[in-house]
Amino acid sequence: MGIVQNVLDDGIAGLQHNFVTARLEDLVKWSRSRSSWGVTFGLACCAIEMMGTGAPHYDLARFGMEVFRASPRQADIMIVAGRVSQKMSPVLRQVYDQMMEPKWVISMGVCASSGGMFNNYAIVQGVDQIVPVDVYAPGCPPTPETLIHAIETLHQLIEDGELMRRREANSGGAGVHLELPTEAAAAVSVALGTK
Amino acid sequence: MTVIDEPSFASAGTDEGGQELRSRSELTSKELLREAGAVLRMSESEAAALADVQQDVGEDQSMIINMGPQHPSTHGVLRLMLELQGETVLRCKPIIGYLHTGMEKTAEQLTYMQGGTNVTRMDYLSPLNNELVFSMAVEKLLGIEGDIPERAVWMRMLLSELNRMSSHILFLATNGMDIGAISMMLYGWREREEVLRFFQKVTGLRMNHNFIRPGGLAADLPPGWRDDVLDILEMLPDRLDEYDTLMTGQPIWRERLQGVGVITAREAVALGATGPILRSTGVPWDLRRDMPYLRYDDLEFDVVVGSYGDAYDRYAIRLNEIRESMRIVYQILDKMPKGDYRIQDKKVTPPPRARIDESMEALIHHFKIFTEGFKVPEGEVYVAIESPRGEIGCYIASDGSSKPYRMHMRAPSFVNIQSMPHMMRGSLIADAVAVISSVDPVLGEVDR
Amino acid sequence: MSDSTEQGHETAETLHGFPVVQSRGQKVLLVDRASYVQVLKKLADDSFDMCIDLTAVDYLLMPDRTVGVGVAPERYELVVNLLSMTRRERLRVRVQVPESDTTMPSLFDLHPGTEAMEREVFDMFGITFDGHPDMTRILMPEDWDGHPLRKDYEVGRIPVQFKGAPA
Repeated sequence: MGIVQNVLDDGIAGLQHNFVTARLEDLVKWSRSRSSWGVTFGLACCAIEMMGTGAPHYDLARFGMEVFRASPRQADIMIVAGRVSQKMSPVLRQVYDQMMEPKWVISMGVCASSGGMFNNYAIVQGVDQIVPVDVYAPGCPPTPETLIHAIETLHQLIEDGELMRRREANSGGAGVHLELPTEAAAAVSVALGTK
Repeated sequence: MTVIDEPSFASAGTDEGGQELRSRSELTSKELLREAGAVLRMSESEAAALADVQQDVGEDQSMIINMGPQHPSTHGVLRLMLELQGETVLRCKPIIGYLHTGMEKTAEQLTYMQGGTNVTRMDYLSPLNNELVFSMAVEKLLGIEGDIPERAVWMRMLLSELNRMSSHILFLATNGMDIGAISMMLYGWREREEVLRFFQKVTGLRMNHNFIRPGGLAADLPPGWRDDVLDILEMLPDRLDEYDTLMTGQPIWRERLQGVGVITAREAVALGATGPILRSTGVPWDLRRDMPYLRYDDLEFDVVVGSYGDAYDRYAIRLNEIRESMRIVYQILDKMPKGDYRIQDKKVTPPPRARIDESMEALIHHFKIFTEGFKVPEGEVYVAIESPRGEIGCYIASDGSSKPYRMHMRAPSFVNIQSMPHMMRGSLIADAVAVISSVDPVLGEVDR
Repeated sequence: MSDSTEQGHETAETLHGFPVVQSRGQKVLLVDRASYVQVLKKLADDSFDMCIDLTAVDYLLMPDRTVGVGVAPERYELVVNLLSMTRRERLRVRVQVPESDTTMPSLFDLHPGTEAMEREVFDMFGITFDGHPDMTRILMPEDWDGHPLRKDYEVGRIPVQFKGAPA
């Protein structure tokens, strides 16, 4: 069959009806943003507020994040909650490396974002010196509302595809490239009469 | 005789050097005896008998594994090196330092007024207790500890007891989750939210309040505080009875905790363990009653003591300490005096903001206190109080300037962690999780 | 055994042969390094059986301080806080440690709870303890250089730039 042969030859790019490709990417981003699980990386006081955010009163489950996976292989988001000391930084990097793409990092609290009130020999002055951070949440500790705002900002960024686009520019990511067929999408929307 | 490869920790990326546990066969028997004998202060023959924990003669197949520093148990960044034979823990070494923040060095750069912000983040589950002990040490150095107004003293007690309650509720939550009662985690946080809401109303923050300062407190209690406290106190007893039903009498809970992590009174005293660990062995030592501070000698409360020294006793002690704290808070509600919330010594506590517009002197005092800080006469002092985890002490050495020359906090969890290997010896890994949870360490104060 | 004679503003009280001073109403015993373990053993037999805290202070910036009668101040001072549960009393023991020879005998055999505390003092000040089973760093990474709580060790601040501040 022509369609199947096209796909076998050229992969997804071989599909003539491109509206499926565009929608699939949107669907993937939509589901990723609504079901991202965090890896348990609570370090200090911010960890207590993070647990409080998962607790019944503030409830992260309504954002799809009720589960914090202990194994980094099974997690998408790393919320670095707390101050990162010199001894802990290789561990942080190792856990980050073990996570599978796509992965995101929220730096929760001022100690993780910039060293906070501890500008001294013992604390890494911002985890962005070790891992690339996507969202910074200020506060000491950030109240659960602030953390939810940070998580929702991240979800919005995931859904808009901002982050995937940035990753491609750096040639990062797991090598999964979803082309954005802009002209084809415009053509399809005209054909369907949505424009 | 099987030869064990040197455990390769290279994959961890951290070089622990001399901190690796060397495998059993490498250690001489004298060292093994010393490890068992010196701590327990038993006779050599008894210690030798104890050193023989389920070991096959001629075969040494023990395995050294690493638990942490990132692991699902919610106790922070504690790393345990366990020497296992199958599932049995032979020896254990807690490795700490993953949260070392240099707080004692930072304290030398901050004035005494700012010191509270630093100290409060050590034991982040009971921050008001940290601030309290620091403030009490500074007041003792200043010589004003007898001049703190009555209302300030009683307010401090109220906040300290509420903090004890919230810390123990969190213990119930995390202990439940570690043992497997995951719903307990949700219930515990639900209770804690109520107490945190009260703290937010009084101090402005849910955690790390910086509210108890040298000379008194930062502000007075807001109007309507009595009703808020009564709401909490009325809600809690039913919920605690629910947890009794859920956990205390339950056979699974009992089997998981009774007889697990046993420590004797002599061991606990030798290791310097205080707080619920010491009380679970039968030693009725509680600083609030035995060396009273603030106005605890005006209050009636019981000291909860266990008899077996196991994890179940520690759980039961903390659960009942919540009830005792509620009793104390009722008495405080009755006896709370009127008055100032801080000492009127203008050199120590800042003037009210309204006065700054009127009086030049007030402006100058405010300026001096917040920029340079108040000077504390030379000397050194050690003050200790009973925090939810044990005895927390603050040692300050002052050189006459406005910043501490040396500030050291005697953190209870730092010392309590030393009792963990003794509790875990000969038990299973699952019990190791229960033991860590029953010691209830807070790594912020362990590592400072 | 206390022997109080009137010598100006200080009564010369001694305990086990060493001077006792009062610091804000708290009893402090000033012991020298040679008799340190012996005195602590006697104190432990005398009901001060709980060693609550062991820490050190670096008095580099206060070289002219007075410690007590007949006690010469050194750079480091080891501070041991003891508790007697039966008598409900505390006692503080201070030992001067010279800069030239920063070694002390370990209290591990007498009070096993000092294991972690002595490791912390080693890590932060560089005072080694003879007879300690595991004299390694506890808070800093194993291969860290320097002893952070010494007064000649920098805080390690990085310069912070604020937006709009003059460069």
